[in-house]
Amino acid sequence: MEPEWLDIGPVSQLPTLGARTLPVRGGAEIAIFRTAHGSVHALVNSCPHKQGPLSQGIVHDTSVTCPLHNWRISLLTGQALGEDKGCVPVIPVKIDSGRILIGRAEALAGLGAVAA
Amino acid sequence: MTHPIQREHLVVIGNGMAGCRAVEEILARDPAQYRVTIFGAEPRVNYNRIMLSPLLAGEKSFDDIVINDQAWYDDNAIDLVAGDAVVSIDRAAKTVTARSGRVTLYDKLLIATGSDPFIIPVPGKDLPGVVTFRDMDDVDAMLKAADGGGDAVVIGGGLLGLEAAHGLSLRGMKVTVIHLMPTLMERQLDEAAGWLLKSALEGRGQTILTGADTAEIFGEGKVEGIRLKDGREIPASLVVMAVGIRPSTGLGREAGLAAGRGLHVDDHMVTSDPDILAVGECVEHQGQVYGLVAPLWEMCRALADGLTQRHTGYTGSVTSTKLKVSGIDVFSAGDFSGGEGAEDIVLRDASRGIYKRVIVKDDRIVGAVLYGDTADGNWYFDLLKKQEDIADLRDSLIFGQAFAQGGGALDPNSAVAALSADAEICGCNGVTKGKVVSTIEAGACTLDAVRATCKASASCGSCTGLVETLLAITLGDDYAGERETKTMCKCTSFSHEDVRALILEKQLKAIPQVMQELHWTTPDGCSSCRPALNYYLLCAWPGEHEEDPQSRFVNERMHANIQKDGTYSVVPRMWGGVTNPRELRAIADVVEKYEAPLVKVTGGQRLDIFGIKKEDLPAVWADLNAAGMVSGHAYGKALRTVKTCVGSDWCRFGTQDSTGLGIQAERMTWGSWMPHKFKIAVSGCPRNCAEATIKDFGVICVDSGYELHIGGNGGIKLRGTDLLCKVETEQEALDYCAAFIQLYREEARYLDRTAPWIERVGLDYVKARIVDDATGREALRQRFLFSQSFSQIDPWAERAAGAEKELHQHIAEIRPFAVMETA
Repeated sequence: MEPEWLDIGPVSQLPTLGARTLPVRGGAEIAIFRTAHGSVHALVNSCPHKQGPLSQGIVHDTSVTCPLHNWRISLLTGQALGEDKGCVPVIPVKIDSGRILIGRAEALAGLGAVAA
Repeated sequence: MTHPIQREHLVVIGNGMAGCRAVEEILARDPAQYRVTIFGAEPRVNYNRIMLSPLLAGEKSFDDIVINDQAWYDDNAIDLVAGDAVVSIDRAAKTVTARSGRVTLYDKLLIATGSDPFIIPVPGKDLPGVVTFRDMDDVDAMLKAADGGGDAVVIGGGLLGLEAAHGLSLRGMKVTVIHLMPTLMERQLDEAAGWLLKSALEGRGQTILTGADTAEIFGEGKVEGIRLKDGREIPASLVVMAVGIRPSTGLGREAGLAAGRGLHVDDHMVTSDPDILAVGECVEHQGQVYGLVAPLWEMCRALADGLTQRHTGYTGSVTSTKLKVSGIDVFSAGDFSGGEGAEDIVLRDASRGIYKRVIVKDDRIVGAVLYGDTADGNWYFDLLKKQEDIADLRDSLIFGQAFAQGGGALDPNSAVAALSADAEICGCNGVTKGKVVSTIEAGACTLDAVRATCKASASCGSCTGLVETLLAITLGDDYAGERETKTMCKCTSFSHEDVRALILEKQLKAIPQVMQELHWTTPDGCSSCRPALNYYLLCAWPGEHEEDPQSRFVNERMHANIQKDGTYSVVPRMWGGVTNPRELRAIADVVEKYEAPLVKVTGGQRLDIFGIKKEDLPAVWADLNAAGMVSGHAYGKALRTVKTCVGSDWCRFGTQDSTGLGIQAERMTWGSWMPHKFKIAVSGCPRNCAEATIKDFGVICVDSGYELHIGGNGGIKLRGTDLLCKVETEQEALDYCAAFIQLYREEARYLDRTAPWIERVGLDYVKARIVDDATGREALRQRFLFSQSFSQIDPWAERAAGAEKELHQHIAEIRPFAVMETA
C-alpha cells in the first residue's frame, strides 16, 4: 500500500553529503541524509552500536560513518557494513517536486520501536 | 487493410516535436487512415526545439533546424493552423476552439502541448528583459539583447541554462549563471563531473555561482540586475530563467482529463477519455514525466501502433543526456545514484581532463557519467538499454569499447609522468623532475643511489613516493621497487606525502579537483581521506581555501565535543589557564541557564561545560562571547591549550614569567588547524609543574633562558619530549615555537601527532630545519604567521551571529497526534 506521506520541507534545506534531523515528540530523532548524487535517505538517528547520532557522521557514497566509533552504516538498508553487525530502522522517504516526503506511519512506528 | 469511406479526423494540438513526430509515425503505418489537422501556437512550421541552443550560439540558422517544411504539410494533406492556439476542448461535442474563435470537430484528439518554462515567483519576474528559453521568440529576444552586449544573468545551471549561457557568451555578453544547488546539472552529473564542468565554463569566462538563491530581479521599467538572498547584486540587462519546465496540462485539466504532474496516459498514450490521446512532455506515464527527446520518440511509436491496431505499448524510457556546449563533452545515462549492490567503476585521467564513471549492478550497467571523453557514451547506453551481461568485459569496461576489444595498457603513473621536467620533486633540496630523471638515466637505479647522487628524497623523505614513481617510469620493468607504499586510504594509490606534494606542485585547491587530478577510485572519497584532504588544502593555501564542512569530523563542524549521548561539551578559551571573576560568572550563568549537568576542570587547565544540546550551542557561545571569551578549540585537530605554572610572579622557585610566556604563546597560536591536536606547556622551573615534557611543544624556564622540548604526549603511548635546543629570550622561544608548528603542519601526516612524526623523520631532521637553518626557521615562522592571519577568527562568534545556523536546527518536527490515536 502506498504510504501516507508527510511533507517536511524543500530538499534544498539538505546539505549535499550531509544530514538534517527530524525529532518526533516523545521519541528519538530521524536523520535525513543526502548523498553526492542527490539521493535522499532516512534512518532513525541512532547507531546500532552505541546509539551515536548518525546525522553528524561523514556521508560518503551511500553510507555514513558514525561520529562516535566510526561504524559504517548503509543509508539504503540501515545495516552496519564491514565487520560490524547491527541494523537501524530505515524510514521511507522520497522527493516529489523538490519537497522531502517522509513515510508517516513508518516514521512513527520506527520511533515507537526505539522508544519501547 | 480496410478504411471507412469517410476518413476519421485526427486533430493535433501542438505543432512541436511530439505532435509532428506522432503524425509521421501514424502516416508511416497507414497514410490513409486519418485526415489530419495540426494546431500550433507559434506562427511557423515544425522545428527542432533541442537545436535552439546551437541557433542561439550562432552555429545553426532557423532553416537548419526546421524538421518539416510547408511542403511536408502540403504533401500529406495536413491542415496546419499556425499562430492560432487552441484555448478549449469540448469533450461532449468533440470539438476544439481556437483563440480566433474557430471551432473544429474531431474524431480523435491528440494533445501534444509539451511543457511550459517554470517561472520562479520572485519580485521583478515580469520586467522587460526577463525571458525564458523555450521557443524561437525567446531566442529572438535574446539575440536582440545580445546585440547591445553587456551583462546577462542565467538563472538555472541545468542543461538548458548552461546552453543559454554558452550561446549568450559566444554572442559577446558577460554571463553569470546562478544555480541553487551546490553543483551544476546535479540531476544528470555527479559531484566530480559537475565540478569539472564548472571549471571548464569558468575557464571560458563565465561566472558560475552555485548554492545561490535569487531573491529578486530589480530595475526601473526594465531589468537592471538581480539580487541574491545573501545580498549580492549582479548587474544584468538580460535575465534568462531556465530553472526547469513543467508539463503543460491546462487544456486537458480544464476538459476534465485525469492528471497528476502530467496528463495520465496508458501504454498506448490514451488519456482517461478513449478518444483523446496525449504524447510528449505533457504526459505522465506510470508516474514518470519526461523532459528529454528520446522518450518522446518511443512514445510516438507506441501511440501510432495503438491507433493503427498494433499492440506493442510504451513501457517507459531510460534516458541519456548530452550537453550541447561545443568543446565540452558531457554525457550521462541511467541511474547514477548508486544503491545497494551497485558498484562504481571510476576512471580519472587528469592530464586529459577525463572523468568516467560506470555504475554496475548484478553484472549489468545501470548508469554512466562521462566527462571529457564521451565517445563511448552510446556504447554504454546501448549496453544499459539492452541489459547486456558485462561480466566478461568488466575489467576493461571503463576503458571503453576499443580497449574492451583489445588495446593498449593503462599507465598507473600517468599523473607523475605528466609533470613537466622543471616541476620540483624534492622541496628540501630543490631537485626538479628533470634532474631526478637524468640522475636515474645516468645510472642511479635505486632510491639510495638517487638520494646519494642528487639529494632528492635525502632529507625529510616526503617525496620518496614520487622519486620511486620516477624510478618506475624511467626504468620500466628494470625497477624492482623498494618499499611497501602506505597509501592514504583505499580511495587512492598515493601516500599522504605524495598527495601533499602534488597539491602544491599541481596547484590543486579543491577536494573534487584533488580527487580528479590524482585519480581517486571512489566518487566522493571516504571518511578517512576527506578530512585529510580538507586539512592539506587549508594548510597549502591559507586565505584561499574554501572550507568543506561535510569533510570535517563532527567536532570541528560543530565547534564543540560530541559526547556519548549526542550532546556537546563546551570549553571556552582561558589564555594560559588564567581566568577572572567575569569569565567565571559567565560560565556559571551558562551552566545554570542551560541546565548543564556537569562542569569540570580539564587536564589542560580549562573549564568544560557538559550536556549542551546542538540547538543551544549558538546561544551558549553568544553568552560566553559577551564575557570576552572565544572558542577553546578543545574539539579540534588544532592548538588546544597552553598550560602554565605561576612562574616568577608568585612561585619562590620560579625563574621566568612562565604564565606571561604561556599567554603570549597561546595568543600567537590559537585558531591554527593542525594534523592532530597540539598541546603546549610552559613551566617556570625544572620542577616542571606544567608537565611541559609530555607536550607537543614544551618550555622549561631556567635562570639562563628557556629549554625548548618537542614531541611529547600523554595518551595511549606515553612519550617524553626530546630537547630541541635552548634559547635566551622569550621572543626566540616564541619564534622557534611558530617555526616548529609550521614544520609539523606542513609535513606530518593527517592524524599523526608530533610524537610519531618525529620518530619517523628523526630528531636530527627537525633540529636541522629549526635550529641549524636560521633562514628556513624564519621562513617557516612567516608562513605560520601568514596562515594565522586568516585563522584567528572566533568560529563561535560567527555561529552566534547566525552563520551556518542550519547545522544547529532541525529540518522540521513531527508532532505525532497519531501516536495517541494508535496507542
